[in-house]
Amino acid sequence: MTTPAPARVPHLGRLDAVGYLICLGGIVRRELLRFFNQKERFLSALVRPLVWLFIFAAGFRNTLGVSIEPPYQTYVLYEVYVVPGLAVMIQLFNGMQSSLSMVYDREVGSMKVLLTSPYPRWLLLLAKLVAGVSVSIVQAYAFLAVAWFWETDITPAGYLAALPAFLATGLMLGAIGLFLSSLVRQLENFASVMNFVIFPMFFASSALYPLWRIREASETLYWICEANPFTHAVQLVRFALYGQFEPLAFAVVTGTTLAFFAMAVIAYDPGRGLMARRGGPAGDTP
Amino acid sequence: MSVVPGREGAAPALEVAGVGHRFGARAALSDVSITVERGRFMALLGPNGAGKTTLFSVITRLYNNQEGRVAIFGHGLDREPSRALARLGVVFQARTLDTDLTVEQNLLYHASLHGIARGPAKARIAALLDRVGLAERRGDKVRTLSGGQSRRIEIARSLVHEPRLLLLDEPTVGLDLESRAGIVRIVRDLVRDEGLSVLWATHIFEEIEPGDDAVILHKGRIVARGRAGEIGAPGEGLETAFRRLVAEPGRQAA
Repeated sequence: MTTPAPARVPHLGRLDAVGYLICLGGIVRRELLRFFNQKERFLSALVRPLVWLFIFAAGFRNTLGVSIEPPYQTYVLYEVYVVPGLAVMIQLFNGMQSSLSMVYDREVGSMKVLLTSPYPRWLLLLAKLVAGVSVSIVQAYAFLAVAWFWETDITPAGYLAALPAFLATGLMLGAIGLFLSSLVRQLENFASVMNFVIFPMFFASSALYPLWRIREASETLYWICEANPFTHAVQLVRFALYGQFEPLAFAVVTGTTLAFFAMAVIAYDPGRGLMARRGGPAGDTP
Repeated sequence: MSVVPGREGAAPALEVAGVGHRFGARAALSDVSITVERGRFMALLGPNGAGKTTLFSVITRLYNNQEGRVAIFGHGLDREPSRALARLGVVFQARTLDTDLTVEQNLLYHASLHGIARGPAKARIAALLDRVGLAERRGDKVRTLSGGQSRRIEIARSLVHEPRLLLLDEPTVGLDLESRAGIVRIVRDLVRDEGLSVLWATHIFEEIEPGDDAVILHKGRIVARGRAGEIGAPGEGLETAFRRLVAEPGRQAA
């Protein structure tokens, strides 16, 4: 026998919480490794909101005055107003990107490797979600570090207070992405996810303009924005960055997370799920 | 090698009993029963579309077990999926390594999926890479490896968590003769040296030895089983018997 056998058999007695934490750590590590291997992805994630901040916000600062409303204590410049929304936009893109990588994983088969892990499937999906959120938080803070030079009046305590908020919003957007990944069968369909999910969620929210402004334009649109979970994600982060807690936003974000995660777990269940009904593996299709 | 304690007792490595699987109206598997005894090499033969990959997907719990029972060392997939999966190693037909990551990063990821901490995992991985003859490629990205080399890495990966049953779904497809022989040799050595149990799906007859157990799967049903050298009419040989069994009017068997 050439292979040295460890004193204990590793697969026994490791199906406990410690084993799961190792599993979670491994999944997060892989996601981060893949992320840092893809320099373009990191750059584009950072450049997109910065372009908005530099160009779009600069152009609009004169046309769109933002009056005093919580959590701001004074009249703020438009650049200051959009920073939280752009940070959460990064997470929105990242959530969809993670969902894209789930679809990709399924096509190339590495999803099978994940699912043959002995841990319960919902724990594996949760680990996948946490992995995506870790990447999105790295990106969001990289953006905030650059935005810091724009006199956003965010204190160091605010940056710290925003961390749990980013965690919550990241989980919500990741859970939505996870659910969508179970619906999208092929990579090519992802363009429609951009058109029908990312853009409407982003534009019909408080990310770019305060909702009272929208209400002046259209009462209906205002209520659509209010019903949009992305609005509440943005508000949660916006308040947290200025050291305040927004209970309604937190409730909406948590509720949305739970709902979409539950749907994703059902969708990935081998018995009930959509995976099982999809006509079998390519190799066995006559 | 370690004797698995407790009630696993003398249960076979893999027991598939009366398994059926449907995709809508199409039956991909009907009443499939296979037993892989401990320490045996079993060949699963079948033309393309016979249901081999579906069967593997049921055994690995990628698909729900709709009908019948699957147990790995006595652990039913329905009641104790975690224990069953922990004893199972799989090499899928499709390439499933992350090409942007190094060999070691890929294997460490897999170790973590089975709850193995990095320290013991690294030692185990070093030994396994040695075993498949690729120790010096540990820090290389997978995309720099040849097809045969990545297959060997996938075999090493499937063994990281010390499974006692190994499933391989046409592992030599698309490889040249030499790489193919290398893969077969590695797996046969594992059976001989460590008493590993193997279920090997293939349609390449050179990979099968007369003393192996074999089953022939055709259109989702088992049409023959036994020692590979004894299947078919006397003097007929496995390959001829296979062609006869899966022959269809108007269609050349694969």
